[in-house]
Formats: sequence, structure tokens, C-alpha cells
Amino acid sequence: MPGVEEFYRQPLFGIAITVMLYAAALRLNKRLNWLNPLLVAAGGLIVLLLICDIPYEDYKVGGDVVTFFLGPATVALAVPLYKSARKMKGRLRAIVLGSVIGCITGLLSACLLVWSLHGSRDILLSMLPKSVTSPVAIEVARQIGGIPELGGVFAVLTGLFGSIAGPWLLNKTGVHSDIAIGTSMGTAAHGIGTARILRDSELQGGISGFAMGLSCIITPILCIPIYFLR
Amino acid sequence: MQGLAILLGFQFLGYIARQFLHIPLPANVIGLILLVVSLFCGWIKLEWIERSAQFLLKHMMVFFAPTIVGTIVFFPTIAAEWVSISLSLAGGTLAVLLITGWSTAWLAERERSQCRE
Repeated sequence: MPGVEEFYRQPLFGIAITVMLYAAALRLNKRLNWLNPLLVAAGGLIVLLLICDIPYEDYKVGGDVVTFFLGPATVALAVPLYKSARKMKGRLRAIVLGSVIGCITGLLSACLLVWSLHGSRDILLSMLPKSVTSPVAIEVARQIGGIPELGGVFAVLTGLFGSIAGPWLLNKTGVHSDIAIGTSMGTAAHGIGTARILRDSELQGGISGFAMGLSCIITPILCIPIYFLR
Repeated sequence: MQGLAILLGFQFLGYIARQFLHIPLPANVIGLILLVVSLFCGWIKLEWIERSAQFLLKHMMVFFAPTIVGTIVFFPTIAAEWVSISLSLAGGTLAVLLITGWSTAWLAERERSQCRE
């Protein structure tokens, strides 16, 4: 008779509970549409692992299989991007410049906030690339002397927070154009923000995917001086 | 299936480009750029990939769930400075959202009015 640990270590376990909790979160989202399904699913999974005392390493066996599909899904962003291209054509300069301004804002605001809250140097250097997709954030944090894994964690948390707060904040502050919403979400909250906005609009999602790609290129370039300064 | 095969193929191309040309971007972002170029050049037809792509994108959020769960490993590290971390993350993200949104809207509006003149 295999022990209960054997059971958790099956890839099927991690895959099944992730999909089940996400499906439940989607149903809940239909009734309470202010609830972010990703927050509910991930929060539910964390609570479940803690209550049942399931080691994260065991969950990860199946979780990694789910994460794998992020690869082809990111490549698939080519479809909304291609379809939005005609509408983006005349606004290309606004999107690129907006994204550059956003990346600069991200670096400056992180410096200012961490410094004024007396955060440590490690935290600051790991937090600078927080608005780019986590594999890029990990590499940038490593380059500029932060803690790579922490850089990845900050990027994921930023994406989650941005995907929840973004649509609400932009709506409240009078940002209604597809171009501005897409550029803002992609620049601030990378893939997670893009995934969120795609649920509302293919056009905004396409622009967001484009802005996400842009910030992956702009942020590391802006960070080059820090590498030489430190 | 054909669509998924093409998407995975482009991700793999991205991986090869990353390994051999040392491009400092993740394989899936390189794959995305290559696929957009191929769509514009007509090497890949939209119909071949559209259905698979829509399916993956519709459910893209679930693929992020395990990564977010993975942050629990870092909770003890974050705990010591959680106030400054959460305020900086939240404040910085709100600043980027707002300033990017406003400046893009302003720039796009200006471009449009210049086009009219």
C-alpha cells in the first residue's frame, strides 16, 4: 500500500487540484465579478497546501506541467497581436513611447519607494525589474546584483496585483481607450495583466502583449547603467 | 492539433535561437516575435493556429497559478521586510499603470489630431 506522500507526488495531483480550483474560481467569478479568478485559485491552492500539510515540492510536480503551457500560450499572443496590428499602426509611436515612459516610471518609483521606506539594498535591486515577465526579471536581477529568485517572486506578485487593480484603476481615472489600457497593462503587469485583459477584449490583449514584449526589451536596456554604477 | 504543433514549434525555435545566438530573452518571447513576423510575411496562415491559440489564451490565467503558489517558498524571506515590500510593489505598480495609461492616451490623441491637420 503506497503512502499518502506517494499520492501527492503524482503529477496528476497537482494538475487536477489546479484545474479544479481554477474552474471553481471561474464559476465564483460569474456571480461575483469583482473577484479575480487567478487570485481565488492561487489563494485557494496555498490554503489547501498549508491546511493539508502538503509539501510545495510535491505539488510542484504537477504544477510544473500546468506552467509548461505558459510557453505555447505566450507564443499564441501572436494571434491577437497580429489581428490588432492594423488598429495599432497609426499609434505605434504612442505605444512605444508610452511603454518607455512606463518602464522609466517603474524603475524610479521602485527606487524612491524602497529608499523612503528604508528597504534593504537586496530588496531594491531585486525589485527594479518587477514589471517584466518573471524569466526576464530573474536575469535582470542577477545582472544588477539583486537576488534572482526574489526578482522572479516580485515580478509574479506585481503581475497579480496589476491584473487585479489595473482595470479598476484605469476605469476610475478616465483611461478608456484600448490603446492606453493595453499599453498600461502590458507595461505594468506583463503576462498576467495581458491574460486578464484578454478576457475583456482581444484588441486590448493584443496591444498588451505587444507592450509586454517591448518592456522585456526596454527594461534590461535601462538597467545597464545600474550594472556599471554599483 | 496542427495549431498547437506550430505554437510549440515556434517556442522550440525560440529556444534554439536563445541557446545558439545568446539572445537574452525567454524562449517563448523569442517564439512570439518569430511567429508575428511569420504571420506578417505570410509564411504561417492565421487559420492554421487561430483555434488552438484562442483556447490557450482564453485560459491563460490558470497557467500562472502554480507560479503564484510557488511564492510561498519565499514568504519567510519576505516576512522580515513585508511592509516596505508590499507598499513599494503596490505603489510602484499603480504609478506605472497610471503614468503609462495617461501618457499613452495623451500621445495617441496628439498623433490623431496631427493626422487630421
